[in-house]
Amino acid sequence: MSAAAPRAAEEGPAWKPLDKLAVVGAWVAGITLCLLAGSIVVYMAYRGIQYLQPELLTTHPVAGSDQSQTGGFLDPLLGTVILTILGTVIAAPVGIGVAVWLTEYGRPAGLARAVESGVEIVAGTPSIVLAIFGLLIFQQSFFGFLSFTAEGSAVFGRSFFAAGAMMSLIALPLIIGATRETLNAIPSTVREASYSLGKDRASTIRRILLPAARPGIATGITLGMGRIIGDTAIVVILLGASLQLQGVGNTPVIGDLRGTGSTMTSYVYNNSPAGEGNAPQKAYAAAFVLLLIVIALNFIVELIARRSGGGAARAATMKVGMTE
Amino acid sequence: MSDQTRDPRQAPPVRRIVLDEPPTMVPPTVAPQNGHSTEPSLGAAPAPGAVATPTFAPRQAPALRGAYQATERMRADQLSIAYGSKLAVKEVTLPVRQGEVLALIGPSGCGKTTLLRSLNRLVDLTESATRSGRILLDGEDVDLLDVTTLRRRVGMLFQQPNPFPMSIFDNVAYGLRARGSKRPRRRELEPVVIESLQRAGLLDEVKDNLNHPALALSGGQQQRLCIARSLAVRPEVLLLDEPCSALDPLSTAVIEETVTKLRGEVAIVIVTHNLQQAQRIADQVAFMYLGDLVEYGPAGQVFGAPAEERTRAYVSGSFG
Repeated sequence: MSAAAPRAAEEGPAWKPLDKLAVVGAWVAGITLCLLAGSIVVYMAYRGIQYLQPELLTTHPVAGSDQSQTGGFLDPLLGTVILTILGTVIAAPVGIGVAVWLTEYGRPAGLARAVESGVEIVAGTPSIVLAIFGLLIFQQSFFGFLSFTAEGSAVFGRSFFAAGAMMSLIALPLIIGATRETLNAIPSTVREASYSLGKDRASTIRRILLPAARPGIATGITLGMGRIIGDTAIVVILLGASLQLQGVGNTPVIGDLRGTGSTMTSYVYNNSPAGEGNAPQKAYAAAFVLLLIVIALNFIVELIARRSGGGAARAATMKVGMTE
Repeated sequence: MSDQTRDPRQAPPVRRIVLDEPPTMVPPTVAPQNGHSTEPSLGAAPAPGAVATPTFAPRQAPALRGAYQATERMRADQLSIAYGSKLAVKEVTLPVRQGEVLALIGPSGCGKTTLLRSLNRLVDLTESATRSGRILLDGEDVDLLDVTTLRRRVGMLFQQPNPFPMSIFDNVAYGLRARGSKRPRRRELEPVVIESLQRAGLLDEVKDNLNHPALALSGGQQQRLCIARSLAVRPEVLLLDEPCSALDPLSTAVIEETVTKLRGEVAIVIVTHNLQQAQRIADQVAFMYLGDLVEYGPAGQVFGAPAEERTRAYVSGSFG
């Protein structure tokens, strides 16, 4: 490097006032955002730690008019875990399959475009619309086996199954997006090298492309989990809004999944001053736990991206966020 | 570098590779023809007789290269390839022989890579590509062969080293593991993997780290790993698409040496932009221009006494 270069930069033309203003504005905007994020975490930590007691995590919630008698949020915590697992288990294979089809086959082109816009529409649909739509579907008697059927064969349509199925739609676009991103980042000569060894497309996908795309897939799944954890609308409408887990029938796991319950988000909503519970201390404590879970997931995404050496996984810049 | 002052108009010396001997420097066979060369007549249509039927002159057994008996393995017969309505390769007839290295040279966009990729039907993956004429592998039309069988018999090496994101061992073993059938154990595959790495000249460098990720190797090592990977399925023909263009000179020399050694066991076709490289390793040279096979013949003849004006202009460096 020549010594003249930095000097030339210093002697560069003077900044125009408008440019100066724009730069200052950009700085202010960035710092404001940092402060905002920091204050959310600090405030929630302040409130949360104040009200969070270990037994809240291990006791069942109870309906009551006095905050001190409403129990903890074990059931919502379990509900969040169950719903996240259920949604991910449905979304991951479908999402990976769609992404592989789009990047590796994508014929006929018209169908590929239709699938792409389908994914975009699902991604853009507010979750409350998905929830209403889900209710419409799962109240059909055909899907009666997935939820509680009242006397007179009215299907309740609200259960972990119903909510999980709709939650998978929320995670799906993220999984498809991140998987496609990594598959597209694999150079075409890697595929050609595999074909040149006499391998067909299926074994190339199975043995080369999917293993190589693993970090991207993991990122997408983690992002999707974050969306599921943060969603409220589907829980309120499709999970039945019972504070405790209430199974249907006597089959152990299936019965619980056919039953209703709550999650951390619906718990926060119900106990906040906006809801009916009016137990703001519990709401703050639960919100703090929820925030910790989501931050932990973000951290995991970052870790995956860093471990895989950047590029593809980091391209999925959209982070876990709470909706509604 | 030699310290004696060289006539600047003289082309630099050429490094020749002799089997099992250190590379030696020899004077170039091509004298630069600055001032003499004429621009190729781009507009004028080449005389059909002169271009479409290249003369396959018997090679003038160069002293360094008579080591192997050349037998024909592949042949492109009146082969034309088009992308959409654009003809990329025009009625090319060209033999590929085992025991020789065939270099395809020519300026960018002349169709040499397309021709190469058609030999193992990789060009079929390009959606707009159409092909006419025949490609024969040991006398059989490649279109009648199962495409996976064809590609096992005709291996390919690419411009960018492209090892799979797995261990060195698994990279070489990948082609051996047939789909669907019971996956062979590592112990059964090991001899072939070791032998392939040996033939690609990589074994000494990696024999203790076979389980290390292939992507941790240097560029030159990765490219030799790709050679080993191709050799593991025992191809009869090996196609090289500018295999050294992403490599440093030292790695290039090692690859060239490996290729030269393999010539007796595998028929080799190499596409190269690097004329010095073609001079160093090729026995036969085919010069392509705008989709036409302009000239085909022994390396010494194409570089030393080209029959076509366009060939002379290209090898002397006046265009390309």
